[in-house]
Amino acid sequence: MIRFDRVHKRYPGGHEALKDVSFQVTAGEMVFLTGHSGAGKSTLLKLIALIERASHGQALVDGENLTQMRRGRIPYLRRRLGIIFQDHHLLYDRTVFDNVALPLVISGVPHHEITRRVRAALDKVDLLGKERLYPITLSGGEQQRVGIARAVVHKPVLLIADEPTGNLDPDLAREIMQLFLLFNQVGVTVLIASHALDLVRALGRRVLHLDHGRLSEPDAGAP
Amino acid sequence: MMPFRRQRPARRSPPRAATRPAAGRLRLPGPKVYLLRHAEVLVSSLGRLWRNPVASLMTVAVIGIALALPTGLHLVLENARLLSGGWDGSTQVSLFLRREVPAAESQRLAAALQARPEIAATTLIPRAEALAEFRALSGFGGALDALDDNPLPDVIVVRPAPSHAAPGAVEGLVAELAVEPGVEHARLDMQWVKRLHALMEIVRRGVEVIAALLALAVLLVVGNTIRLDIQNRRREIEVAKLIGATDAFIRRPFLYSGAWYGLLGGLAAWLLVSLALWATGGPVQQLALLYQSPFRLVAADTGTVLTLLAGGALLGLLGSWLAVGRHLRAIEPS
Repeated sequence: MIRFDRVHKRYPGGHEALKDVSFQVTAGEMVFLTGHSGAGKSTLLKLIALIERASHGQALVDGENLTQMRRGRIPYLRRRLGIIFQDHHLLYDRTVFDNVALPLVISGVPHHEITRRVRAALDKVDLLGKERLYPITLSGGEQQRVGIARAVVHKPVLLIADEPTGNLDPDLAREIMQLFLLFNQVGVTVLIASHALDLVRALGRRVLHLDHGRLSEPDAGAP
Repeated sequence: MMPFRRQRPARRSPPRAATRPAAGRLRLPGPKVYLLRHAEVLVSSLGRLWRNPVASLMTVAVIGIALALPTGLHLVLENARLLSGGWDGSTQVSLFLRREVPAAESQRLAAALQARPEIAATTLIPRAEALAEFRALSGFGGALDALDDNPLPDVIVVRPAPSHAAPGAVEGLVAELAVEPGVEHARLDMQWVKRLHALMEIVRRGVEVIAALLALAVLLVVGNTIRLDIQNRRREIEVAKLIGATDAFIRRPFLYSGAWYGLLGGLAAWLLVSLALWATGGPVQQLALLYQSPFRLVAADTGTVLTLLAGGALLGLLGSWLAVGRHLRAIEPS
């Protein structure tokens, strides 16, 4: 699903965010990405979503070579991903329903199907009663769940999340992680960047560790 | 020039999909879905304008005024053309006879000329009659009384047949008539019509220049409005790009907004011009009545109105196209 081969990322100005990063995530896996802040976790996720491009090396996502991808093809790659951000990236002038519907609208899904699938996604994150509300009226955990519903509503093959539990208290964080486990169980590949080490260890999944832009796999745990 | 790229072919042969599983998973809209999407954006972009009534109305008003000016001038020209059109057919040649030609001879000449095929009609104005008319109209009665003799000659007014009314033919006729025995001087009374037409041509050019400048103004107004709109919706654009919106998808609502601004501006211009016509119609009719003319102002015809609306929409589309091309690419998620 994801393959990085000796990937370097140097930002304009000289900061080297990733150095010689190689790893592989197979389809259906759930992998955590840990490391101190500034270690390059966000950069790595940005490379997968082609928000940034690698300076050297090869990156493949879902069979597509990212290094050679033309600009016009990027939207079609992103439609196969579900991206979750720490700060939600919700649109505050639209209802929860409209926020979650956005990926479907963009892909041109017919109306009746949009309603059905948005309700199904909201049901999964337990927000079915709040579809007419505006995100600003929701709590932080609920907003994050709206973001998750939006990331899965179009049935992505790969879910990437950048610090999805960063601003949440431990109970809420566990709840969110349970959601990711659920999606992983139905076959979605999941890659989560997080520095909540306890939580990550508790789940017992494979962990990739970034340290100053270099990758290591401390305990290549059970698959 | 239309920016809407067809998304991707809707049909895909199974073998290829099998070899490239990644591509097979894309949702591919058919032409029907594609049209439906455009219709949705068409309506929703109007709705967006509607939700910001004050700002939208101001933009529309500016465009309306800019478009109303050339449209109004065009109508003025059109009316002037209609008014002067009645005079085109009145081309006539005045034959001033030698003063020593006797009245009977003048009458014979007038009758002879009338018989010629290239001449539609002749009217003889005897010198006595001309004098009486001149005395009545000019106010030089006293001066005329001081003269021993009537200084005016007989005049035959010749109206060329329609087949000979074209400028070149008429001039040939004038040359012929000038050498008729008894004719002292032949004058073509068409010069002023020509001059009027030349004058109107200059005004028309002026209107065209003004129209071009104001079209440019509309372009800039729409471009600037859309630019602000893009800045206000920066966040939305970023999020849309992040979850896989194509450039065409993001561009579309802005382009439709621009077209709406232009179309509504065209409507406003039509309204303004109609108001102006209605306001000036009464006085113009009064003036026409004083000249015993049946002339009435004509309003913009369907063709003009359609041109105005289509032109407005097109300018709006072009204006937003310029703004979108410049500013949308710069917004990328980070």
